[in-house]
Amino acid sequence: MSNTEIETAKKAEPKAVDNRFKYLDRALAKHQFRGDALIEVLHTAQELFGFLSQDLLTYISKSLKLPPSKVYGVATFYHFFSLKPKGEHTVTVCMGTACYVKGAGELLAAAEHQCKCKAGETTADGKVSIQSARCVGSCGIAPVVVYDNEVAPVVTPEGITSRLQTWLEAAS
Amino acid sequence: MTIDELYEIGQNFRKQLEGFSAEIHVCCSGGCFSTGGLALKELFEKACAARNISADVRIISTGCIGLCGAGPLVRLFPSETLYVKVQREDVERIVDEHIVGKRVLTELAYPADAPFFAKQQQIALKNMGRIDPESIDDYIAHGGYEALAKAITYYTQDGVILEVRSSGLRGRGGAGYPTGLKWSIVRKVKSTQKYVVCNADEGDPGAFMDRAMIEGNPHAILEGMAIAGYAVGATQGYVYVRGEYPLAIERLKKAIKQAERTQMLGNRIFDSDFNFRVDLRIGAGAFVCGEETALMASIEGRRGQPRPRPPYPSQSGLWGMPTLLNNVETFANIPPIILNGGKWFAGIGTEKSKGTKVFALAGRIANTGLIEVPMGMPLREIIFDIGGGIPDGGEFKAAQTGGPSGGYIPMQHLDIPVDYESLAQVGSIMGSGGLIVVDKTSCMVDLARFFMEFCMDESCGKCIPCRVGTVQLFKILDRMTTGAATVQDLHTLEELCDMVKDTSLCGLGQTAPNPVVSTLHFFRREYDEHILKHECNAGVCEMPALDEPAPVAAAVPAVPAVSAAETVPAAEAPAGKKNGGSKKKST
Amino acid sequence: MDEIKTLTIDGEIVSAPSSATILDAAMENDLHIPTLCNLQGLDAVGACRLCLVEIQGQNKLQPACTTRVEENMVVQSKSARLQKYRRMIVEMLFAEGNHICSVCVANGHCELQNLGYEVGMDSVRFDYVYPTKKVDATHERFVLDHNRCVLCTRCVRVCDEIEGAHTWDVAGRGIGTFVVTDLAGDWGGSGSCTSCGKCVLVCPTGALFDKGKAVGEMSKNSDFLEYIVNAREKKQWIK
Repeated sequence: MSNTEIETAKKAEPKAVDNRFKYLDRALAKHQFRGDALIEVLHTAQELFGFLSQDLLTYISKSLKLPPSKVYGVATFYHFFSLKPKGEHTVTVCMGTACYVKGAGELLAAAEHQCKCKAGETTADGKVSIQSARCVGSCGIAPVVVYDNEVAPVVTPEGITSRLQTWLEAAS
Repeated sequence: MTIDELYEIGQNFRKQLEGFSAEIHVCCSGGCFSTGGLALKELFEKACAARNISADVRIISTGCIGLCGAGPLVRLFPSETLYVKVQREDVERIVDEHIVGKRVLTELAYPADAPFFAKQQQIALKNMGRIDPESIDDYIAHGGYEALAKAITYYTQDGVILEVRSSGLRGRGGAGYPTGLKWSIVRKVKSTQKYVVCNADEGDPGAFMDRAMIEGNPHAILEGMAIAGYAVGATQGYVYVRGEYPLAIERLKKAIKQAERTQMLGNRIFDSDFNFRVDLRIGAGAFVCGEETALMASIEGRRGQPRPRPPYPSQSGLWGMPTLLNNVETFANIPPIILNGGKWFAGIGTEKSKGTKVFALAGRIANTGLIEVPMGMPLREIIFDIGGGIPDGGEFKAAQTGGPSGGYIPMQHLDIPVDYESLAQVGSIMGSGGLIVVDKTSCMVDLARFFMEFCMDESCGKCIPCRVGTVQLFKILDRMTTGAATVQDLHTLEELCDMVKDTSLCGLGQTAPNPVVSTLHFFRREYDEHILKHECNAGVCEMPALDEPAPVAAAVPAVPAVSAAETVPAAEAPAGKKNGGSKKKST
Repeated sequence: MDEIKTLTIDGEIVSAPSSATILDAAMENDLHIPTLCNLQGLDAVGACRLCLVEIQGQNKLQPACTTRVEENMVVQSKSARLQKYRRMIVEMLFAEGNHICSVCVANGHCELQNLGYEVGMDSVRFDYVYPTKKVDATHERFVLDHNRCVLCTRCVRVCDEIEGAHTWDVAGRGIGTFVVTDLAGDWGGSGSCTSCGKCVLVCPTGALFDKGKAVGEMSKNSDFLEYIVNAREKKQWIK
């Protein structure tokens, strides 16, 4: 029977700091330190560390025997990878076509207004990062907003505002 | 593993199922998952446990049942009753009335003969939403991997290809290249190593077919790939999945493990000399990676930038080796074709477009969801019968197919049959299956701007026409939606569309102007009204009134306040033009 | 051995070995097709789209730099449509960066400027993007001005294919694409750069130049490429 969802949720939990490089090394070894596993390794690194720091990129570049500029080029090409730390929470407004025709633009505007920062940025207090997604593939329940890892269906501007309010007011 | 052993697995599982008096299938895919499908499943489990009937009732979470807009969905067997919009408080009632009392709750049940299901014909989606996607035994019990067994033990490699060729199947990624032909090209190339790649980088905004298919029935894709591997002589397959689909990734991982354990993948499959392995590659957020050469660059761990073709992947693909690239839906169609024969498949659909097509209905349509219809079904039937028309008394304006590479089909073409050629004739494309309906509340200029912004953000930056051209196109469209555009802008817009289409390196750039060309052709009035009158009929674009100074006053020549029809020549018809180009998705 | 193919380019009948591209065949016969990202001696990438040609019987325009010659091919490189598109491409480059010839070190020796003359660009019909881009003058001998970069990737290729250092690569995407050294740190602090200067010599514009050069003083010469390639492949050490 299905435990996949639970496993997925578990993975999102932050790992103990000390073990992160051990996990990364394991991933590197699993791919036999092959250069063509760069994207897979970056995925793992970002999952472990939250973002890809210079040190991390240097480490990966050395381990996979790739020129640093190439690693940097790949890390900056794909939108999934972030070279800057993210906020405590992430709100992702889906801007796919189905969501867009159902008013996702207003949702994003509401979030940006409330957080006083643009999509792709993090609030000054580091609490919330706003992102826009190209399509999360849940078009049947548009417009969709992803609060951290939870997909919320048929969201209204009021809905996103009140959720963000709780995040912004929460003590860190 | 022999065929008899395969049958045995199926029989044992079916026997196991016979031990249950009822089955509750809770949809836990995409939409229903977000509206609480998984919680419902737990409630059903609790309710059954409380009534001591747990051993009698099989409760599983399934893949997409299709009617996503009415989720969460729960289907009960053996009566095949579909309950829609099931709330937590309905659970006890359903168990008491339906499971224990054997009475259907009519007020919650979706009519079985409703056109949404009655008009569909499911081949690629056949087992989806009816089996446990995490159980290979359930798949085998439903005839799974029989096609692979048949292909390997009964057919020669050429025999498999002949069957696929005679089916008339065309690539479901969008461009519609004949699948059998592609396979025979890869088969003919001599090489020590060949690859089979499944393109599951479903990037079109508004499309979720691939996601649902992988989440709902991952083994079907693996089986299709293994058959392809056998036919073309490949020993290694890759599935390139979007990173945005974590559940699909998990399900595929699990399915690959199960298939390896059951020896459906690995060495000496069905005691033959055929070896085949499948690995996953996870995308990292780049739409352009749906383009085949970019996808291969990404699998090789590089920036997902396309390269000029030729050489085509079938000659020189992954690591320079011959590579067969097909889309998820294409692979999902392979097992039924092998089991039932190419002729059977060719009997469905139209003369040039055989079989069925999966569509993701979204936007301003009553029944949002996932459907599969025979090729050639009139668009009107899809939208109004299956889709249930426009909700809230809205009025149909256009249907969008093909995402950022496609076009709009307006009211006057509602009766066209949905097949590759007919859609191309009206300036759209089949695309991978996203079908988005817009009504009068959507502004076509704004939508053109929306797609151009998408292409601009997703341009890889390698070639100049796409990198800079999409920015320039976006700037003009943005001016149009803010009341700062001039008539000259309209001229430049058209010039740019031609140029970007003809000179861009890959399908992304070559098709990026399509939504603009299409809206310009069918809704030119709206462009004129935006530019000349600062009017947006849909009320989407906010523009200063004409007598106010425009934001960039210097650039705007005085425009006489005459009707649009008088100042701007009637729309030149680009309908005959082929907007398809080479569609970016692999087929 | 390569087979010899006969084809027509702009009305001239030419012959070329089957491994040659249309551009090779044209150059061999002194027929000019405009190029920017291409540089003989480096891998062709087909990115700038200036060398697009029409091939009889094909709907699509093909880049001369990556398309192989075929028997009886009829190639047209100067049709009105192609000339119009070429001009638009050059205009786009001018609109994309900050190309002000009068204050540029490469003024008078710039391939982009020459292309502007060649395609008859007297004005730019597109919106200037006026991006804010950096200048990196941290290297001891050279300067990188992103404002003048046209992203031809010649520097990336020469550094990887010829020098073997792979200091350069391309980062970002779309309109935000830029060239980087190592992990996008200062060029001067690059651990992999050998300061060989090949990237500067192959750069078509004033994006890469010698420190201390004033307006119009930076002329470049990429003949060394041919020498190196001949030396490597044909063991021809003396010209």
